[in-house]
Amino acid sequence: MFADYTMTELTSIFAMQGFAGLTLFSVFVLMALGLAIIFGQMGVINMAHGEFMILGAYTTYLTSNVFSSYLPESLYSLYFFVALILAFLAAGALGAFIEWAMIRHLYKRPLDTLLATWGLSLIMQQLYRTIFGPREVGVTLPDWLMGSIALTDMVEIPINGLFVMAITLVVAVGVGLTMQKSRLGKQTRAVVQNRPMASAVGINTARVDRLTFALGCGIAGIAGAAFTMIGSTGPTSGQLYIVDTFLVVVFGGASSLVGTIASAFTISQAQSTMEFFLSGSMAKVLTLLVVVGILMLRPQGLFSLKIRK
Amino acid sequence: MLELTDYNVAYGQSDVIRNMNLSVGDEEIVAVLGRNGMGKTTLMKSLIGMIPSKSGTVALNGVDLVPLQSYERVGAGVGFVPQGRMIFSTMTVKENIETGLTSTGKNDIPEDLYVMFPVLKEMQHRRGGNLSGGQQQQLAIARALASNPSVLLLDEPTEGIQPSIIKEMARTLRTIRDQRKLSIIVSEQVLSFALDVADRILVIEKGNIVLDVPVEEADQATITRYLSV
Ligand SMILES: Nc1ncnc2c1ncn2[C@@H]1O[C@H](COP(=O)(O)OP(=O)(O)OP(=O)(O)O)[C@@H](O)[C@H]1O
Ligand SMILES: [Mg+2]
Repeated sequence: MFADYTMTELTSIFAMQGFAGLTLFSVFVLMALGLAIIFGQMGVINMAHGEFMILGAYTTYLTSNVFSSYLPESLYSLYFFVALILAFLAAGALGAFIEWAMIRHLYKRPLDTLLATWGLSLIMQQLYRTIFGPREVGVTLPDWLMGSIALTDMVEIPINGLFVMAITLVVAVGVGLTMQKSRLGKQTRAVVQNRPMASAVGINTARVDRLTFALGCGIAGIAGAAFTMIGSTGPTSGQLYIVDTFLVVVFGGASSLVGTIASAFTISQAQSTMEFFLSGSMAKVLTLLVVVGILMLRPQGLFSLKIRK
Repeated sequence: MLELTDYNVAYGQSDVIRNMNLSVGDEEIVAVLGRNGMGKTTLMKSLIGMIPSKSGTVALNGVDLVPLQSYERVGAGVGFVPQGRMIFSTMTVKENIETGLTSTGKNDIPEDLYVMFPVLKEMQHRRGGNLSGGQQQQLAIARALASNPSVLLLDEPTEGIQPSIIKEMARTLRTIRDQRKLSIIVSEQVLSFALDVADRILVIEKGNIVLDVPVEEADQATITRYLSV
């Protein structure tokens, strides 16, 4: 399949596709981080995670509208930073509410949480349809995010993609630091290891659950804000990402941040590069095969901690 | 200090602690002895709130503990060192101790904990799971002390520890009591340790207290009879 291209063409194709893969990688990482945090903390698989992401995307859309209609033009270039924070807060607040209203009553029943969050995802999709309409909406990027940097004659890198990656990096580092250094992070890890014991050393595990769920959803909100830069937002856009995100989490090993990132990278790169040469579904099939193969060899995922059991 | 009245704990239909009445004084060390399966762990776990009690009351310095969850009991002044230590094995030694600080709202580990257990300072960046059994026991005690308890519960702290270290542990616990002015309830099977560490010896059998004597009056032969099958 490579025979029809010259060597330089091939290099640029790999570079461009690799870069396109990196933006996909960013959204994957953000989504997977939130999902993995929630799954690791309470064993809940949040089927509505994609809808929390879309909440972030709609929040970004609304913010950009407010900026363009009510605020002076000179401020528009800043809307995205405000939107990022609002998206995090909106998705996080809804997450905290859902945890309180629904999830906490279902902790001992994993299958029920699966169904309940799936139901939630349908409700949220319908709400989006009612409020924002069935048509996809998009945001107008401020000027400084438009355009691309030309690396060579053939290789161009879009600035918005670079920007999304920078955000992802900041969030991933932030989440890593939170989990490693902050009090909430340490409490979370203690609860993950041994819930009754965590309570017996003084940790309010119900509060930790709520905050972690909110954090996971909030990060999905940020993913949604980033998503508006590379795609348009519709009521069901979240569905497209949720399966891939599950794949990333399982492949990376649910308890490891590094594993999540490595697996998001592998999967997004593999897909993006192969999509150029094969059809999209063929690329997906190959990716899945490889993932399944590796999981058969390493059921615990790519990374796991080495300690005495 | 700690008062149990008509205290009952059961797993479903099977009663394990039956109508227990117990009063532990300020700065008193009480050793609870009993054969395997007599309900020592059940008593400890129910006092920290890991398993619910069936009836009766527990009060710590006048505060009713029964309606409180574990973490609230820690806030009220109960510290717990479980059988098997249950340290957080993937977290570092330092982080393990820090989890114990939660109820105090503090961020920094008090230096006196490291003075008491120097080996923990040496190993503070190692994962807890990679410590030896004896070191893990010290870690579990330090973690419980970090919450500044007024009563410390220890469930079979000598399990799997070599005899020379057991002697030292008795001394450490008494020092902790003297420095921190707290009460200690320790469950045990090793009689010599109980006699070393405690002010008062209790023997429980099938969930009842069958012997309750100050350590000076404790007669080894009688207690040994209770402990042998
Ligand atoms: N989760 C449980 N469900 C039902 N019964 C239990 C449970 N845990 C303990 N028991 C029973 O309660 C009784 C007391 O057990 P407990 O663990 O309190 O004993 P112990 O005195 O701590 O023993 P050991 O010295 O072996 O640690 C035993 O008969 C045990 O079988
Ligand atoms: Mg026991």
